[in-house]
Amino acid sequence: MEQLVSIIFIYILIDNFVLQRFFGVCPLLHNSRKIESAMGMSMAMILVMTLATPISWLIHNHVMEPLGIGYLQIVVFVLIIISIGQFIERFLRKNNPNLMQGLGNYWPLVTPNCAVLAAALLVADKNFSFLESIIFGFAAALGFSLALLIVSGIRDRLEVCQVPAPFQGVAITLISIGILSFAFTGFAGMFAL
Amino acid sequence: MSNSYLQEAWKGVGRENPVLRLVLGLCPILGVSAYLVNGLGMGIAVTVVLICSNLVISLVRGYISHKYRLAVFLIVVATFVTAVDMVMNVYQPDLREALGVFLPLMAVNCVVLTRAEVFASNQPVGRSIMDGLGMGIGFTVALLLLSGIREILGTGSITAVNAVLVEDIFGTNYEPIRMLEEPFGAFIALGLLLALVNAFSRKQNLA
Repeated sequence: MEQLVSIIFIYILIDNFVLQRFFGVCPLLHNSRKIESAMGMSMAMILVMTLATPISWLIHNHVMEPLGIGYLQIVVFVLIIISIGQFIERFLRKNNPNLMQGLGNYWPLVTPNCAVLAAALLVADKNFSFLESIIFGFAAALGFSLALLIVSGIRDRLEVCQVPAPFQGVAITLISIGILSFAFTGFAGMFAL
Repeated sequence: MSNSYLQEAWKGVGRENPVLRLVLGLCPILGVSAYLVNGLGMGIAVTVVLICSNLVISLVRGYISHKYRLAVFLIVVATFVTAVDMVMNVYQPDLREALGVFLPLMAVNCVVLTRAEVFASNQPVGRSIMDGLGMGIGFTVALLLLSGIREILGTGSITAVNAVLVEDIFGTNYEPIRMLEEPFGAFIALGLLLALVNAFSRKQNLA
């Protein structure tokens, strides 16, 4: 139990996927202009990562390792992630079209995504149990969402600021993310596995 | 004819630089830029994957159905990334270790996938190869710039070369900016680099 709580806090605050590990910086920059789009993207990421990470864990530990085909890791994980993306999309289209309408715009961006693949690759390296791998995927996605929401809030404020011309757009956003990341280093060492 | 091929390659380095102008593929740029050697290794790996995937996707572009094209691109790219991973594991195990998870992550790199989608999937083979080469070099240049700034200013030396060079520039009393080695230093350094590039290109447009 303690282990699970540690995993949640570590991957939300200390080892944040975007701010400390740089996974998923692209969607962070391209989807943070409005709070609504950040919300939609976060929902989509949480859904996909919470499912894709444990499934990758299962396939890695119970199919690829026994068969000795670990070298196919990258291809297999990419395939798993696109198929899960397709599966969730179809499922939601049928059962909850309203939600899918909101998520639909972000779907193509989520499925082949740095952060999702990184979670799958990292979980294959670590000695997590199955439950831990679910929590890990969920916490990593929550960490991504937290960063995305904070950055979109910052960008909202930046809109009304007078930024020097060369810094406008991505440059000032990256510097803000840097300062945010600096603030998050304050959490270092609060939890350990 | 050869001139237009060169132009195809050159645009990736300058006007349409994937990192500095289009702001794509920042994940490996930030992740491996702490040391120049890692930056160079990653840059070469990305260039090889870009050329190979552009070549294959351009070759099969007539046979892919529009609906499943993304899946095809991803599988082609992932295959070449696996190949590069294996080759590097044999010949440069230290470098492979240093690049860590960022090398396999190249399979979903925005630069590689965008070039497949907007260029290789509707252009002839020769042009696609040149485009891959140009984009790869442009990516490498950006990566070398950032990792150069981070390593030289952040540690006051270059691990691959003798420290003499750096001491010549800064003198022996140089106090390294340790912050640049940290993750947040990478974000700030890249932000400043982009601002610098913007300022330069603005000046050129005005002149």
